[in-house]
Amino acid sequence: MATQATVDQSNENVWGGGNRPLGASYGKLMMWFFLVSDALTFSAFLIGYGVYRFKFESLWPDPDAVFTHFPFLHGEFPLLYVALMTFILIMSSVTMVMAVNEGHKMNQKGVTIWMLATIIGGVIFLGSQAWEWYHFIVGEHGAVRFEDGRMAKIADSEGHVLSLHDIIHGEGVAHDHHEKFATEDVIAAFKADPSLQLLLPGKEHEVVDHKTALPLVENSYVVQGANMKENEYGHPLFANFFFFITGFHGFHVFTGVLLNFIIFLNIVKGTYERRGHYEMVEKVGLYWHFVDLVWVFVFTFFYLV
Amino acid sequence: MSDHAQPAGTRWIWNIFWLLLIVTAVEVGLGIVKPPFLMTKFAGTLLLNHVFIILTLVKAYYIVMYFMHLKYERKNLIWAISLPALILIPYMMFIILVEAGYFGSITLQSIPGN
Repeated sequence: MATQATVDQSNENVWGGGNRPLGASYGKLMMWFFLVSDALTFSAFLIGYGVYRFKFESLWPDPDAVFTHFPFLHGEFPLLYVALMTFILIMSSVTMVMAVNEGHKMNQKGVTIWMLATIIGGVIFLGSQAWEWYHFIVGEHGAVRFEDGRMAKIADSEGHVLSLHDIIHGEGVAHDHHEKFATEDVIAAFKADPSLQLLLPGKEHEVVDHKTALPLVENSYVVQGANMKENEYGHPLFANFFFFITGFHGFHVFTGVLLNFIIFLNIVKGTYERRGHYEMVEKVGLYWHFVDLVWVFVFTFFYLV
Repeated sequence: MSDHAQPAGTRWIWNIFWLLLIVTAVEVGLGIVKPPFLMTKFAGTLLLNHVFIILTLVKAYYIVMYFMHLKYERKNLIWAISLPALILIPYMMFIILVEAGYFGSITLQSIPGN
């Protein structure tokens, strides 16, 4: 009987509250479980992206040919800009770990500085993303879309991509990315120059010679830039997924910056100093690292693979 | 408590930072150079893509284990967090991509390009 009584006693302790079976506070656990569910959400998005990418492989743009801009530099620099964005996000993750680290030491000044650095990193990342979206939406070369829904860029006899601007105004003329071209003008210019060919999207960089291309171009229309319905780089679903997944990730970054800012205000006010611990910094830190984690996967599946 | 098992100082943070940076730099380098010996197909996609995915998982491991501090949590918490993700995500990939094999073979009038 005595044994029975002891067991009951300890059970009461376990379920009576006041202990932490997982060694973490309620708030931290809930943050973790939220992040697990969010990870599943992002996985579903990326798998959905994979499904359509496999289905439309021949029309799917080669990311190297889409994201080629770099600020203040002319020419094509695939991957460099996203690499910079990745670096910014990793860096802001590091400053967040630093903030958590200073919080363990109850160093208010240290937490303030590193938290501010994290917020700045997040804002720079959001700005970079806006810049990238802008260039994606405005477009680079322009393309023609055939009746059957496929699309192609115009290329010279060696298969190098020419922009609509090049074929209408001639190569080497100062470029205005915002100029809109009429379908008739582009078709007329294509017909007039037999050295022009078509370059299909996809990793194979398949070229359609002028003669085969003529009937396709005849019934095509001009697409410049990208939106939810049209996308000069290839299949429209690429643009849809791009806006949706990087947009949803950007929304997470934005929320993260907001949360970080609220916590930052509390740090400055000394709320956590009075509370005796900086656990709130750890909680938003978990969220912030998760945003970095998702970006690592978005980077791979949107830009590298 | 296991909470205090993490290394002191800030050196470990910079070590992880350099590791993440170098892995990213290798990925970008491979993506630009595209070494010919990695451009062969293996298990449905390019060998290069397998390399990218493995390097990504390496980065993910270090972010979760060290930056998110999971490595220094209690064992039951580690498993409570990692098992759902490790089981459900591959399961979802398997189920949806296998179905997509059928989906890829049919044509849908509403989607352009079919």
